Amino acid sequence: VTSFFVNGKSVQVDDDPATPLLWVLRDSLGMTGTKFGCGMALCGACTVHLDGKAIRSCVAPLSRAEGKHVTTIEGLSSDLSHPLQRAWIEVDVPQCGYCQSGQIMSAAVLLHENPKPTDKDIDEAMSGNICRCGTYPRIRRAIHRAAEMAAEKSAR
Amino acid sequence: MSTTLIPPAAKLARREFLKTSAALGGGLCIAAYVPELAAAAAGPADGVFAPNAFVRIAPDDSVTLILNHSEMGQGIYTSLPMLLNEELEAEWSKIKIEAAPVDPAYNHSLFGIQMTGGSTTTPSEWERFRRMGAMARIMLVQAAAQKWSVDPSSCHVEKGAVIHAASGKKATYGSLVNDAAQLKPPQNIPLKDPKQFTLVGKPTRRLDTPSKVNGSAQFGLDVKVPGMLFAVVLRPPVFGAKLTTVDGSEALKIKGVRAVEQIPSGVAVIADKFWAAKQAREKVKANWDEGENASLSTAKMLQDFSKLSATPGTLAKKSGDPASALQSAAKTITAEYDVPYLAHAMMEPLNCVIDFRGDTAEIWTGTQFETIDRAAAAKVLGLSPEKIKLNTTLLGGGFGRRANPDSDWVVEAAHVAKIAKAPVKVVWTREDDLAGGWYRPMWHDRFAAGLDAQGNPVAWTHTIVGQSILTGTAFEQFGVKDGVDSASVEGAADLLYGIPNLQVDLHSPKIGVPVQWWRSVGHSHTGFSVEGFFDEVAHAGGKDPYELRRKLLANQPRMLAVLNLVAEKAGWGKPLPAGRGRGIATHFSFDSYVAQVVEASVEKNGDVRVHRVVCAVDCGRAINPDIVKAQMEGGIIFGLTAALKTEITLDRGRVQQTNFHDYQMLRMFESPAIEVHIVPSEANPTGVGEPGVPPAAPALANAIFAATGKRVRRLPIRPADLVTEGTSKS
Repeated sequence: VTSFFVNGKSVQVDDDPATPLLWVLRDSLGMTGTKFGCGMALCGACTVHLDGKAIRSCVAPLSRAEGKHVTTIEGLSSDLSHPLQRAWIEVDVPQCGYCQSGQIMSAAVLLHENPKPTDKDIDEAMSGNICRCGTYPRIRRAIHRAAEMAAEKSAR
Repeated sequence: MSTTLIPPAAKLARREFLKTSAALGGGLCIAAYVPELAAAAAGPADGVFAPNAFVRIAPDDSVTLILNHSEMGQGIYTSLPMLLNEELEAEWSKIKIEAAPVDPAYNHSLFGIQMTGGSTTTPSEWERFRRMGAMARIMLVQAAAQKWSVDPSSCHVEKGAVIHAASGKKATYGSLVNDAAQLKPPQNIPLKDPKQFTLVGKPTRRLDTPSKVNGSAQFGLDVKVPGMLFAVVLRPPVFGAKLTTVDGSEALKIKGVRAVEQIPSGVAVIADKFWAAKQAREKVKANWDEGENASLSTAKMLQDFSKLSATPGTLAKKSGDPASALQSAAKTITAEYDVPYLAHAMMEPLNCVIDFRGDTAEIWTGTQFETIDRAAAAKVLGLSPEKIKLNTTLLGGGFGRRANPDSDWVVEAAHVAKIAKAPVKVVWTREDDLAGGWYRPMWHDRFAAGLDAQGNPVAWTHTIVGQSILTGTAFEQFGVKDGVDSASVEGAADLLYGIPNLQVDLHSPKIGVPVQWWRSVGHSHTGFSVEGFFDEVAHAGGKDPYELRRKLLANQPRMLAVLNLVAEKAGWGKPLPAGRGRGIATHFSFDSYVAQVVEASVEKNGDVRVHRVVCAVDCGRAINPDIVKAQMEGGIIFGLTAALKTEITLDRGRVQQTNFHDYQMLRMFESPAIEVHIVPSEANPTGVGEPGVPPAAPALANAIFAATGKRVRRLPIRPADLVTEGTSKS
């Protein structure tokens, strides 16, 4: 049995510790906000946070999560209040939307580490996440907008 | 003029289905008016006002719209409600969306089957959805007027309420549902003058965005059914190979594996969880009789296609006397263009859940082809289609792949469901998706043009080589006329440029690789080749490529306006930083006019940088201008990905690409700045999902020529061909 925390809640699962965290989240815990796109850490659709760092859960074995904190898109906020969610809605980023959980989770780590990213910072942080619908220009705009929103909030 | 509003496949599908459901032919809108049918279609709960198949209003004022087209990113879960609510005038925030069940009431108003494709959703629903909204509003107003004993014409509606201004009376829609439900639907349903539109034409935020930023959006892969098993399928290494022997004993030893069994498309591995099934599949030992496709090689096809294109094909278009015009021309130029097989590579791999209960079944999948999929599954399961409930989920991208003429992934899942003895979710991996066929065909285009002494083109011949998408399918007899598949020559045979002597002919070799429509279909190759060669013609005649287009589009006012707008916004002719070039391209598809200007440069090692793309579009009335812009942006990225990155190749019959490391997508750091300009129009809306794709690749190729003097005639662009210094990049 592997014990860890998902979005602050303690969970125990009896999956093989070699099972990728993605499938534990989706099929054992029923949390389907985290997506499967490639299974090889090539597309970023499965991005979650492990103790605050962005990881590709499709190649991270369950054993890596033992005792640690996993944050998924479902845990970003309970009410769409995270600046990235607000910015994504304001800019209307998603098309099909399938990759957006991963995009937002990658962007969240970027903004946490770098509250005012440049275009180049965004290129570097976000190029591991593929969007087949081609929402990249809007993702870029929304990250800048979220940075502004977060700054406004902390200035108040 | 092209008739791409109705893609050939759908045209025939329409006829096919009208034959079998003659009562519905031409009466598709009427079907939506029949209350019994509407009730059967979406089963409204008691106390809910259901004036037609598309609208449900509950006593709590909530308005549920039943949408008969699939949301795959193109925004129709917002633009269809906008059309309907333009007339209904419910409170926008109270609108909820539900996917329609399969029912004739929800058939495509042009094609006669329930489907989404061909960039036709908004054009085909432009009138029906407004009428459905107006119908509900008229009945609500009548109900209120009766209650108040006033003339309906003295009432008006506002934000989900009927108001009688003279008396100050007001009733919300929810409070009127019981009374309205007693009324007969109106015979006459007038629509607003577009000048009075308050919603249509306004940038409006998408209704599906909140669910797509908190993980709650339900795609097919997210469906959970109690007791559900998971399956993957081991498919043959070569298209059409037959299984000779299979040994699943090692696979069955993996914990949680329930069954390893042969099905028509391969070997199904069924387990309690996906991960167990996937691991078990790797342990299945299978032998195949690979058959004739084991010798397929795209490298050889490239040569074969070129040779074939030097011989006359089946005539698709002829005007004037191209042969003698070429002969007497002051100057002639020729060129050959190539594009590869391409996979759709939607981010959500194919998947399908089926709960087969013996005498009934339920299906959950993200599909563009509800009627066809349900019928195909019914055949496998031995049920009549009415015994199957098909639930359309959100689609994690479609691009045509989820409108499969054979319903390949649904049929396969039905075979798995027959042996699973429980609800089962069949999941494709990315490797399965890329090797799974149903590609955009590989194409070869051979051109010749004759120029007069002033450098104007007077003759244009174009020979196309590539597999027919429709031939060999049940649709062949309808979609292929006189040996010409119109999907092969669209964008070429309907050339808008005024060139007096024009000829387009076609070779459609039969090859054992399954092919399918892929975002913009035939235009995905003709856009590139025609606009690339046009640029060559302009340069050969000493003309500016923009000015020559202007001249030859003099009789095409809508395209001319788009062209002029894009040139103005892009600053055509203005100086650029050293090393950069501008390329321009236009393309007419799905009844929309699009022009794009790309700014690009090439590094010394041959790497291409796309700096900026400016796009102008005339798609008739833009229902939601922000969605139109988003679709152009996405179409441009899709087109640039095909230009710079992707190709499916085969060697010894095997697909050589396996995942996103060797089937690369454009990524954030390669994504250019994009500006989209919409030509204001009061014409009826036309296609938006696909027309942004075709001009991107040629505009880039033409920009590379402007920057480097090197002509790109083959996609994807190979940096090795563009190296200016040192050794070529591997």
